This record gives sequence, C-alpha cells and structure tokens, in this order.
Amino acid sequence: MAGKTLYDKVWDAHVVHQQDENTVLLYIDRHLVHEVTSPQAFEGLQLAGRKPWRTSSMLAVADHNVPTTNRAGGIEDPISRLQVDTLDANCDTFGVVEFKMNDLRQGIVHVIGPEQGATLPGMTVVCGDSHTSTHGAFGALAFGIGTSEVEHVMATQTLLQKQSRNMLISVDGQVGPGVTAKDIVLAIIGKIGTAGGNGCTLEFGGDAIRALSMEGRMSVCNMAIEAGARAGMIAVDDTTIEYLRGRPYSPTGEVWDAAVEAWRDLKSDDDAVFDEVVHLDATQIEPQVSWGTSPEMVTSVNGSVPDPASDEFANKREGIERALEYMDLQPDLPVQDIKLDRVFIGSCTNSRIEDLRAAAAVIKDRKVADNIKQAMVVPGSGLVKRQAEAEGLDTLFTNAGFEWREPGCSMCLAMNADRLEPGERCASTSNRNFEGRQGQGGRTHLVSPAMAAAAAIAGHFVDVRHF
Amino acid sequence: MQAFTRMKGVAVALMRANVDTDAIIPKQFLKSIKRSGFGVNLFDQWRYLDAGYPGQDASTRQPNPEFVLNEPRYTGAQVLITGENFGCGSSREHAVWALDDYGFRAIIAPGFADIFHNNSFKSGLLPIVLDQAIVNKLASECESSEGYQLDIDLNAQTVTTPDGDVYPFEVDSFRKHCLLNGFDDIELTLQQRFRIEEYEQARKQSAPWLFDTPV
Ligand code: SF4
Repeated sequence: MAGKTLYDKVWDAHVVHQQDENTVLLYIDRHLVHEVTSPQAFEGLQLAGRKPWRTSSMLAVADHNVPTTNRAGGIEDPISRLQVDTLDANCDTFGVVEFKMNDLRQGIVHVIGPEQGATLPGMTVVCGDSHTSTHGAFGALAFGIGTSEVEHVMATQTLLQKQSRNMLISVDGQVGPGVTAKDIVLAIIGKIGTAGGNGCTLEFGGDAIRALSMEGRMSVCNMAIEAGARAGMIAVDDTTIEYLRGRPYSPTGEVWDAAVEAWRDLKSDDDAVFDEVVHLDATQIEPQVSWGTSPEMVTSVNGSVPDPASDEFANKREGIERALEYMDLQPDLPVQDIKLDRVFIGSCTNSRIEDLRAAAAVIKDRKVADNIKQAMVVPGSGLVKRQAEAEGLDTLFTNAGFEWREPGCSMCLAMNADRLEPGERCASTSNRNFEGRQGQGGRTHLVSPAMAAAAAIAGHFVDVRHF
Repeated sequence: MQAFTRMKGVAVALMRANVDTDAIIPKQFLKSIKRSGFGVNLFDQWRYLDAGYPGQDASTRQPNPEFVLNEPRYTGAQVLITGENFGCGSSREHAVWALDDYGFRAIIAPGFADIFHNNSFKSGLLPIVLDQAIVNKLASECESSEGYQLDIDLNAQTVTTPDGDVYPFEVDSFRKHCLLNGFDDIELTLQQRFRIEEYEQARKQSAPWLFDTPV
C-alpha cells in the first residue's frame, strides 16, 4: 500500500466519525477568532442557548477594524468600534482568551497564532478567515471557514468536511539572492492560476521551500488560498521545531519531547502518491509584480504588461482587457515604468520581523521618492513592532520617510481608515489585488517587502537585485 | 437552515470568471454584526455609480444602468448564471447572505471557490456546477429571451430550461439530505456528542500538548 501524504496523516488523526462515503466529522484543535466573522456566530450560539464546547481551543483578537495610529484615542468609526466592542463582550461572556486592542500581543490573527505557539504541528486550525492557510507552514491542517462553520466549531469542536485531493508543488533548486518567499508563491500562482488548486490541499516542497525560514513558509502558505486551495502545508523539520521552542503556548518539559517526537513524522511518506504534482525551477524565479486584478496576473519585474490581443491569451482576452482598463495600464508597458502613489508594507503575508528587516535593508540611507504620497509600514503584531524597534528598524523607516504604524490588517483590505483613493496606485506586500480591495477604485500591485521598499525609494518598480 | 427542494425562477447571466467576494460584497459592509440586510449592497461597486457605505439610504443611490442586474427584465431574478471560480477570495459568509438576501436561490457556474461553495449550503443557497459549454449555452439563451426561467429540482438533481432541455448535476449526498430537509447542522452534530467526547478523551492521552494551553 502506498504511503500517506502529510495532509492524509493530519486528516486521519482527526476523524471523529465517517458520516457517509464523502463526509467526515473532523475534530478541530485550534479555533482562532476575529471581530469580522464571529459576531453572528456568537449570536447564534446565544440564541440557541449553547456554550462553546472547549474555550481553551480558542484565541481571539481584533485586527481588521483597529486603527493603526493613535490607539489611545480608541476607534473613531462607530460601526468599526461596535464590531470590536462586540468581540470584547462576547469573549468576556464566554470566557474566551482575547488579546485586546491595547495588549502588546495584539496583532493580525495569522501573525499572533504562530508567534504565541498557539499553532502547533499536526493540529487542525480554523478561523473565519481565508488566510488561515498561513498556519499550514507548521505542518498543521489549517483552513478558513464561514461564519456558520465558526458557530459549528464553537458549539461542537468539529466540522463536517469532505476530504480534498493532494497536490504537491515542488520548487526545485534554490532561488537567487533578492528573490523571496513572496516571489516564489506569486510565481506558483502565476503558473497554476487562481483556480489551479480548487478542491486540493497543496503541499509545498522542494529545496527552495526547505531553505525558507518559518516567516517565509508562512508567506507561501498564506497565499495557497489565492491559488484556489483552501489549505497549504509544509512538512515539519528542524526549522519548524526551533521556531516553536519556548513560545508561550508551546508545550514544555517531557510533553515537549513527546510532541517533538510525534512531529518528526509530519511529512509525506517517500512513497506517498499525490493526485497532481507541479514542478517549478527555483533558479528561474525573478522578483514578481502583479499587473492585474487577480493574483494570477503576475509577471517578472523585468517583464511587461501583457497584450490581450496576442494569441496566447485568446481565451482570457476579456478578463485581461477588463483588468488593464481597471488598472489603467497599456499593453506592453514595461513593469519598471509603472509609477506609484503609495506603498504599503504589512498584512498577514508580509508583516513579520523578517519581512521588515528585508524592507529596511533595501533603504540604507535613501529617501522615499517625491511622487510617493504615502509609504507605510504596519507591523503584524505588537511583539513584531517591539522587536523591530529594538533593532532600530523604525528609525530607519521613519528617517527615509515611511510612516511607522500600530499593528493590524490596515490597508490590506481597508476596513479601517487606511485606504487608497480612487485611481491611486499602490505597491503592496499583501495578498489580494482585487478591484477595490484597498479602497474603491484603488489599484494594487502585489510584491515582496524588499521590492515594495525599493519601489518607494525609486517611485516606480525596480529590480531589487540591482538596486 | 432554509430548505431547498424545487424552484422555478427568472435567471440572469453575469458571465465573468473569478467573481471574488470583494466584488460580491465589499468590505465596508462587513462591519455589520447582523446576518441580514446585505442584499442592497450585493455587487455594490458594479451596481451603483456612487460610492457605497454602511447605513446609507438606498433610495439616494445612483444605479449603474450598464450593470446587468439593473436591467428591468431581471427584476426578481432567483438564479444566477456565472463564470469559473465564483466566490473566490475571502471566507466571508456575508457574500452568501447578500446573494440570499437579494433573492437568489441558486447559482450555476462551471466551478466555485471552495469556501464559498461550503458557505452557500449553510444558507440554503444551491451552488450548481455544470460544464462550461452548458453554462455558456444557458447564459446565451438567458440573454436572448426575455423572461427566461430555469426550473431546478434538487431531489432529481436537474436543471430544466424553458425549451425542456434537462441538465443533471452532482451534489454531495449528505448536503442534499440536509438541504432537502432544512436540517440544522449543529443539532445533527450534537446528536453525536458521545463520539466527540470519546475522541477527545483518547487524544488527550496520545497528544496532550493539544489540550494544555496556558492563558
Ligand atoms: S492582513 Fe489582510 S488578508 Fe490578512 S487577515 Fe488581515 S485583512 Fe485578511
């Protein structure tokens, strides 16, 4: 019999009951909660007179609506404030641990879970948020769910699930200097498309993935959802285990030793069979820039905006034309000629300490270009912010003309006050370039933190490798 | 949950691939702590010429006459025919609530994003996957004949056109069962409480680190 994939191993360990041929009752170990997708679930629970099954599995934080300036002044927008207050009240009522807005540990839910060691290998991790796939970097099975499922997990600690197919994405060889995890994952999405992973759990493997830090692995798994998969996973190795050692929620003593022994098995067996295997040559990956309104619309920084009239796009022509119209770009325009209005370094894709270091390293003693109206850095959590300040990164950024903000989702989706004005163009380290994502009429180009920082200094995209 | 058995209703075609959840319901409307009232903001950026914000008086908005849902012939549409990978993007169930609140009961596409597909069953909104060629055919029939209605029978798993063409579709048996009966998933799961407890006890022994978490 063939061996098991990593996904199959974690799945099998969580089956409570096989409901029918396709549907399984799956146990959930960790439930992360934020303010946007939980109020209706808590309300449903209350209306039915139910209690959470196991509050110790839950960890809550407000991140989408929180302001990134002047925290002491509270939340100005009354509707945002009500949503955050509702989360606070629900967590108090039900006894759920929450990092409140002014807690040093507050931050983006997908940054704080791993940072606290609340995400552990082999766990099932869910959150009412599609980027829950991030946590798969730890060899956990982590996926986003809707609000009804949030309520289902609260009430029963389980979900009704259908097993997905296994797809291996092997990034072979090593990337060159200046090419980051973000470039790897954008290149993957460019290759397989935004529906390429539908119905699959992606396992990312190969030398280039093994060489990544946990921060880099999280950036890759974060965007598995952008490739159409609900979950992305990476096998456990020493990098994983060293990252988790000594974190507040990580086990200690003998339990740690037992856990580590169990975690060592969290990799696909050599003879495991995948439904699909995709190979990428890491040595060919260049820094990436998205030009359109879907993450698959991406190219090398040395490339050009495509011409929808060319034959190779026959069946995608309409979509490309729409995207170019929205983005106000001409066919064949070199990517490096795209001028920018704003730069955003942040989001659950790229707001961890390593991301901030990479961005800071590009700046040296240069200044943000005159045509950039705003360049901002939004750390992923209060702890990331503190660490960056201890390393002096905040001074580097502010001296160059960047704004140094409080942690949260910020301009990744513009639910708080940080947003693009209609027509503005932004280099962003986030994960989605959909129409209006960063503000109505705003135009988003997805890039790595180093590429974003270089673009801020140059005023347009540049190849960070020669900058 | 709202049960779904059989329905017949006006169809409208929005033939774009990758219609994402930000397009279905833009984020400013996610600030609501309620489950209802999202219908007026469905496809907000495409449907209106002015910028939408929560709490606005809908009667003051400027509808975009070029957007298909604003054409009078599609008033009261209940079936949406659309492109590949519908509902991609965020996990927001608000997207399903907005479609449901607007009046849609079923969505026909060559494929759906996974989380959206899951979410739609929870509100009794039926996602139907048909071949791209069939979806294209339905869309062009819909565009060329005013008052085009589709008859959708979940029990028989068929979509029937006004011309009498019948297209079968697949649906997961468990979901079909729940949808036909309008079952509450949580209630069903809690009937298996003993199984969950048993599983939990065994796991506490074999993997205790999953359970002891400091605060
Ligand atoms: S940073 Fe962006 S993608 Fe991540 S959780 Fe927040 S809004 Fe979602």
